[in-house]
Amino acid sequence: MSTSLSGQETAAAPPRTAAVSRTVPFSRRRLSRKWRRTLVAYGFLLLPVGFYALFMVLPWVQTVIVSFYNWDGIGPRTAAGWANYARVFSDPQLREAVIHSFELMLYFCVIPIVSALFLTALITGPRRPRWTVTRAILFVPQVLPPVAIAVMWQWMYGGSGFINQVLRWVGLGSDTQAWLASFSWAFPAVGLVGSWVTLGLCLAFFIAGAQRIPIELYEAVAADGGGRLRQFRWVTLPHLRGEVVIAATVTAIAALSAFDIVFVMTGGGPGVASIVPGLLVYQLAFTSDQIGQASALAVVLSALVLAVVTVLRLAGRERS
Amino acid sequence: MTAKLEWLGTRAVMGLAVLSIVIPLLVIATTALEPAGSVNTGLSWPVHPHWGNFAAAWSFAGFSTLMRSSAIVSVVVVPAGVILATCAGYVFGTMDFYGKRLIFGVLMLGLAVPYEAIVVTLYYNLKSVGLTNTYLALILPLVGAFMPFGAFWMRNHFSNTPPALIEAAQMDGASDFTILTKVLLPNSRAALSTLAVLYFMWSWNQFLLVLIMIQDPSKETAPLGLALFVGQFTSNLPLLSAGTLIVIAPVMLVYIIFQRQFIAGLAHGAIKG
Repeated sequence: MSTSLSGQETAAAPPRTAAVSRTVPFSRRRLSRKWRRTLVAYGFLLLPVGFYALFMVLPWVQTVIVSFYNWDGIGPRTAAGWANYARVFSDPQLREAVIHSFELMLYFCVIPIVSALFLTALITGPRRPRWTVTRAILFVPQVLPPVAIAVMWQWMYGGSGFINQVLRWVGLGSDTQAWLASFSWAFPAVGLVGSWVTLGLCLAFFIAGAQRIPIELYEAVAADGGGRLRQFRWVTLPHLRGEVVIAATVTAIAALSAFDIVFVMTGGGPGVASIVPGLLVYQLAFTSDQIGQASALAVVLSALVLAVVTVLRLAGRERS
Repeated sequence: MTAKLEWLGTRAVMGLAVLSIVIPLLVIATTALEPAGSVNTGLSWPVHPHWGNFAAAWSFAGFSTLMRSSAIVSVVVVPAGVILATCAGYVFGTMDFYGKRLIFGVLMLGLAVPYEAIVVTLYYNLKSVGLTNTYLALILPLVGAFMPFGAFWMRNHFSNTPPALIEAAQMDGASDFTILTKVLLPNSRAALSTLAVLYFMWSWNQFLLVLIMIQDPSKETAPLGLALFVGQFTSNLPLLSAGTLIVIAPVMLVYIIFQRQFIAGLAHGAIKG
């Protein structure tokens, strides 16, 4: 926003008629004006920030505090020091959950982003059809209730489900099984549902970004004899850096806080084969009454998300 | 010739991607039309579609109550959330004031915090004031939880306003409230409706919060009802499928109506920030 000259000239006018200014040099009159604006701003922010503070910030801070106690939710709290945190990394079940959250990033971020980039490469270039209907269909999983998605995929992976049906069609009938009951397949099966959900979101970001690339750039590469591959490598990909970072950030957050789909599809099982931190926080808090331990895991999970988001932001900034 | 082959190949790959998204939906739709007791969850043409499954699922799972609860929550959360996000977005997008960066920064942290790290202590807080098992236990936290994205979204929208427009209104002696409601909001229909659609979907689809806050069956929302229904009637797959489609229907309807502006607006709006 630029400084308006008229704003400076109407110093004698009532306060409200002066223009918003940011770049004028410091002066006493400006200071008091900024204080007045601050009061107005805080008035507008009272409710929005109040709701946020009361229902997001406060419980989160309490979670951090509780993580240093042993508490069953009813009785008195006893100090636990760092023991709850130590257990996050030493207890095999908790460690398993944290490791799984990293693997989920493969399914929620890497697979969909690579696939969406591939699809984008196919449909962008000198010719530019819009693929509106395709994009709209691929986006559908983003709007469905995760609980409903989980039910659908339980059917897909079931004994007489579609996956086994296809295996029988292609003559691999002996490989059919109940995928979600398998110790080795339950977790990848759940992970792939994550890919299914986030593919359309990534593609929507990339197509929107690719549509802003000037066609002349493709024509220039084509004039130098560059094919589709080179057009993608030298034009599309560099222009989509921002979009890739955003897509990676959004899907990484989704991966690390995955709960609904796992809860309904496998409940973390069989055994702990598909356990994830979000689900374990819930189980520790509400089925084993270890609120302190659940909180410590939740804090570690928050730190993990912040670390990943920060790394992605730095990566995005460095390259642009 | 190669161009034509390339074009065909592209269409084939895109077609495959579309199929992979559509098949699970087709599977649930065909399963919903199978006769009661069928265990077939593969893809097969329903020769004798049992449309009655929808009515049966509706009454078995008590969808009248479930849908009403979901509707009550959405009907309050969406307007309240959008109005408060508009206030926050106006302030962050057009005003200069002390503490702006700090407050906005703390708000944006909320985009990254996993909700699992909030709900446990939130449950004990709301329980101590007797709010668990009420709609307020869903409405109040959801308004707070949606605030970071809403403020971010509306700030991006308002910060594109030409400063001259606001300055001119201020010269005319317009108050901030008048500027917001009479000058800015009439040009904000696309941003507001996209945000409203998102808030509706998020509040309708919300599961974890309801699972924790609500034990009273008369207050359960549709996704929680569906999850419990799945746990109860594992044997009647057609009924479960019909129930799933009932829960999906409202969000699908809203999506189909708004999808065009929705996807483009979302991809565009999120990247501007």
